[in-house]
Amino acid sequence: MSTNGTVLTPTVLIIGAGPSGLRAAAELAPRVSGEVLVLERESVAGGIPRHSDHPGYGIRDMGKFIDGPRYARILREQATAAGAKILTNATVTDWAGERSVNVTMPDGRVRVDARVIILATGARERPRPARLIPGDRGKGIYTTGHLQNIIHLKHGKVGKRAVIVGAELVSWSAAMSLKHVKCKTVLMTTEYPKADAYRLFSGPGKLFFGTKVATRTRVTRIIGKPNVQGVEIENIDTGERRIVDCDTVILTGDWIPDNELARAADVDIDPVSKSPIVDAALRTNKSGIFAIGNMLHPVDTADVAALDGAAVAEHVVSYLRGDRPAGAPLSLTADAPFRWVAPALLRQHDPAPPRRRLLLWSDTYVPFPEVVLRQNGTVIARKRLWWPAAPGRVFRVPSSLLSQINWNDGAVTIGLAK
Amino acid sequence: MSNTQNKTYDVAVIGAGIVGSAIARKLAGYRLSVALLDAREDVGDGTSKANTAILHTGFDAKPGTLESKMVREGYHLLSEYAKQTGIPVEHTGAILVAWDDEQRDALPGLKEKAEQNGYAKTEIIDAAEIYRLLPHLGEGALAGLSVPDESIICTWTTNLALATEAVQRGTELLLRRRVASIDRVDGVTNLYTSIDRISARWVINAAGLGGDTIDQLFGYDRIHLTPRRGELLVYDKQARPLVDKIVLPVPTALGKGVLVSPTIYGNVMLGPTAEDLKDRTDTGTSESGFAFLRGKGEKIMPKLLEEEVTATYAGLRAASDYPDYLIEVDTEQQYVIAGGIRSTGLTSGIAVAEYVDELLRASGAIQLVERDNLPEPPHMPNIGEAFLRPYQDAARIAEDPAYGKIVCFCERVTAGEIRDTFSSPIPPCTLDGLRRRTRAQNGRCQGFFCGAEVNELLESRGKSVNVPADPNANVASVEVTK
Repeated sequence: MSTNGTVLTPTVLIIGAGPSGLRAAAELAPRVSGEVLVLERESVAGGIPRHSDHPGYGIRDMGKFIDGPRYARILREQATAAGAKILTNATVTDWAGERSVNVTMPDGRVRVDARVIILATGARERPRPARLIPGDRGKGIYTTGHLQNIIHLKHGKVGKRAVIVGAELVSWSAAMSLKHVKCKTVLMTTEYPKADAYRLFSGPGKLFFGTKVATRTRVTRIIGKPNVQGVEIENIDTGERRIVDCDTVILTGDWIPDNELARAADVDIDPVSKSPIVDAALRTNKSGIFAIGNMLHPVDTADVAALDGAAVAEHVVSYLRGDRPAGAPLSLTADAPFRWVAPALLRQHDPAPPRRRLLLWSDTYVPFPEVVLRQNGTVIARKRLWWPAAPGRVFRVPSSLLSQINWNDGAVTIGLAK
Repeated sequence: MSNTQNKTYDVAVIGAGIVGSAIARKLAGYRLSVALLDAREDVGDGTSKANTAILHTGFDAKPGTLESKMVREGYHLLSEYAKQTGIPVEHTGAILVAWDDEQRDALPGLKEKAEQNGYAKTEIIDAAEIYRLLPHLGEGALAGLSVPDESIICTWTTNLALATEAVQRGTELLLRRRVASIDRVDGVTNLYTSIDRISARWVINAAGLGGDTIDQLFGYDRIHLTPRRGELLVYDKQARPLVDKIVLPVPTALGKGVLVSPTIYGNVMLGPTAEDLKDRTDTGTSESGFAFLRGKGEKIMPKLLEEEVTATYAGLRAASDYPDYLIEVDTEQQYVIAGGIRSTGLTSGIAVAEYVDELLRASGAIQLVERDNLPEPPHMPNIGEAFLRPYQDAARIAEDPAYGKIVCFCERVTAGEIRDTFSSPIPPCTLDGLRRRTRAQNGRCQGFFCGAEVNELLESRGKSVNVPADPNANVASVEVTK
């Protein structure tokens, strides 16, 4: 029997079974009448942690310190135990209506009509073409996601000498995966003046991996075919170029949200992060369509993504009760050195954002930053933080700053004190 | 060196690009034994794979040339062949945009030239009409020439269809054979390749960028080819709503210039550059090429540059010092050259094959007797975005769940399609070959999600296709994950 022509009618459809989608499913399944359905295009639910085979997962959301595959398994089990239904190998291909999508899976082509749709499609690293790195098209060029799929899911091999482009958290994750298959990381490059990952890595990490980090450095060419033989790197300040021998290039970080379905639904998109614009309740501008996880803040750690999923539940329940946001929202935009801020829509009576944090991306390293909110060019709130704003990872700012907003006034910006 | 094929073919065609494949297909329709040789691991892996994939009307050819005639005829022949075999074609039309007075003044001449080339449907249009048709075009367009029949086509499927039909008609496809030298003994030409000796009574040179080298082996010195590198930027499918026509520049003395075009796969392409090189294998991309294209794109369609780049390509086309196609028969050496065929060869390939056939027939030097019971033309898997693809085809998925298992998420390539390539008459042997047959890994993530899976399918030659045993297991049960 084929399921062609079948229409599934869950109350809530969650697209994407990564940490945020699975956590949302676990929270919502006991709280809504009708079904909570999660669609996942991969053959196993769990998202990126499935192939991040190293510890560091579950800190903020589970109070654990576990590896990615185990973290993914717990999220799956929790969602299932809560009564959510997870379908894998199920790709949402397009919209069939305002809250209706077409899905392809081995069982057939089906339509899903839901009362609420939560987009939890995550983010990916920009691959080589999107970074416009010229040169030869040799074998041996991967993003971290590709690399970790090869190593941890397919138990495959890569080369012996790698250059990692990027020196942020995910870059060290790539270094760990390379070490696992005895591929030496000969160099990490970053365009920033500092290696950007957590302190844990910047000192001991370098010793542990025996890896040099070239700061203020960009890759200007990849050399070698059919296999990579080296990369040409440039010191951004001096313009000096040299060639580093390697047979493997890992392109890390430089995240782009998987926003295709959001854009196809005409959801408003942040022009810089390319993420769907949401309010503090994680609503998009389309009624009944929510967005959560690293698609909104590409990318924070998996636990923070999962906590979006926890936070969205009560907002979805409220929507299903018939509550709708009141009043026109104010926009919140980021001033340099910040690239983007999420959420970017503010309403007077909205709840606090997940974890009572605004999430930002900084282009420069600022120790002890004094963050300010401005309205009409006037500073309305300020707060000095004891943690730095650093490029390469999400900068988190307490949302208590928002309490100073004059709701009758104009747009709000967030930046640094002059 | 041994003649591993241990036979003497009636015809050996050198080059399994579009032109060579079309010629082999044509000649294999006669009672002739035909070998189709290529230096590479796959058909269509040279100049044929990396062109701008436009099915040309020939409106801007040089009137009176053989090229003009071949492109004009080829347009109709390939359009018809595409219908028979399922090669995806979209009749988007093209608009030449004039950005300055000089270009605007050139439009009437181009219209007249189109008419001399037998194409009467061009029209000069004003700026208002241009922006009506191309609302996202950059500022400053003055006027344009519309060419309603210029179309986009899948160059990969075209090449593969022609080569597949050649094989189905009995052609032996001999890959990985670079012809290094020849000799001719008793009316038979021996081609000494990188791995063996191939013997044939007639040799057809359709070697693309290597055409002049082969020609010199036969003692000629009449054509010299320069590899002209063309770099292209392919933008994300999300850019596709910006443009649904081919946007052409007005040709100048420096060449055809940079165009913006929808692709048959649902992307938008910006390019090509034109840079003459010495190295016939240098298909690397360059910093200067990217900068040049982005500069052009900024003017032609600034909104395009806000989108992500999905792929960058560099292709080599054969720039020739011979002013036209060079298609001639040497009856004494039983040798034919089809050379100097530039990027228009995609459109003209089938017409070139017909022309070679005519020349051979006229020479009277070879017996061309039609075979009975020719197989039907192949029906090619559709990889065009505008037509029904397996992942959308409910009936097909119901018959075989492998067509419902999407492996490459960005391009929506299913396990079934990947598996099928390995049982096709010309299976892929490299990742690039698989990409050209299915689009797998050609999308925006470039392997972030599917790279490892696609590679496993390639290494197992499609045998690692893994779909749930019970096709209803997913929907019926609550939990299918492990």
